[in-house]
Amino acid sequence: MQDSQGLLLVLGMAVVTYLPRLLPMLLLSTDKLPSFLKRFFDFVPYAVLTTLIFPEILFSTAQPASAIAGGLIAFGLAYCGQNLFFVVVGGIGGVFLWELLF
Amino acid sequence: MRTVKRRAFFVGMKHGLPIAFGYFPIAVAFGLLAKANGLTAVTSILMSALVFAGASQFIAVNLLATGIGCGEIIITTFLVNMRHFLMSATLAPRLDPQPVKVKSLIAFGITDETFSLVAMEPEHNRNPGFVAGVNTAAYLGWVLGTVAGAMLVNGLPAILQSSMGLALYAMFIGLLIPGLKGSKANLVIFGLTLVLSAVAYWGPSWLTTIGKGWKIMIITVVACTLGALLFPEEEKKDAR
Repeated sequence: MQDSQGLLLVLGMAVVTYLPRLLPMLLLSTDKLPSFLKRFFDFVPYAVLTTLIFPEILFSTAQPASAIAGGLIAFGLAYCGQNLFFVVVGGIGGVFLWELLF
Repeated sequence: MRTVKRRAFFVGMKHGLPIAFGYFPIAVAFGLLAKANGLTAVTSILMSALVFAGASQFIAVNLLATGIGCGEIIITTFLVNMRHFLMSATLAPRLDPQPVKVKSLIAFGITDETFSLVAMEPEHNRNPGFVAGVNTAAYLGWVLGTVAGAMLVNGLPAILQSSMGLALYAMFIGLLIPGLKGSKANLVIFGLTLVLSAVAYWGPSWLTTIGKGWKIMIITVVACTLGALLFPEEEKKDAR
């Protein structure tokens, strides 16, 4: 592929990716939202996180078993209120150990 | 005033470090894949710097390799990244009033990961400096990883690559779980979304063939609409 064509593709992708990020930020911020919409947006982070995690987490490592091991460790650490950094390191460490041992 | 802003920015960067560490190996993989499919280093690094949206970049390289034209790739990119619309709309009302310039900058950095982290930080996410800090850390992880991948001859060792594959998911778990404690409404949303995601993944083929970007949007809209109908009142905050 030629560089000029690649540049054109990148610019096109950049524009169509930026617009959905930008428009709500500019148009919604000052409005007082109706209470139904406010509740709706309250729940968005939880729904987005859940659907990002499941079921893709199962296929994020070399084998589902190691992903489950790491995921459970991360879950345990998060449940005990550990710092996010340790949750991530613990999860990665769990996968590493599992794949080293089994 | 200036130092206060700068402090919030660095606090944000610190909070964003797990995202940067999660992005880095994925970006290395992207740089390698792009190179293997004939993209020059300049093109792949520019793509990461200007598009900054992982899934769509992998898809773009994939489509290029199968000989699909730029127009179709751009349309696909739009469809995959439309989900950020919902995330931007969620963050916008939480942010303190800001000039257009600041909002435009913050909007550029919205990804699945930065959104999730910022949305779960109610004591910080009104502050544009904090949000910009999180976004910057994530951005650096992504762009520097792409540079490394585009320059690198071999990938990371297999077991390390596999372990790092869990990084972002572990972070998602770390963000999600504390918010579920003591909130019946959030727990119901969690269970509902779990079921919907499973059906969308293993269910009838007309559902499973929907693209991931669309699935995230549809599932989120369905679950949150039901949530807003079932729990119209804000719950009393428990002492946490």
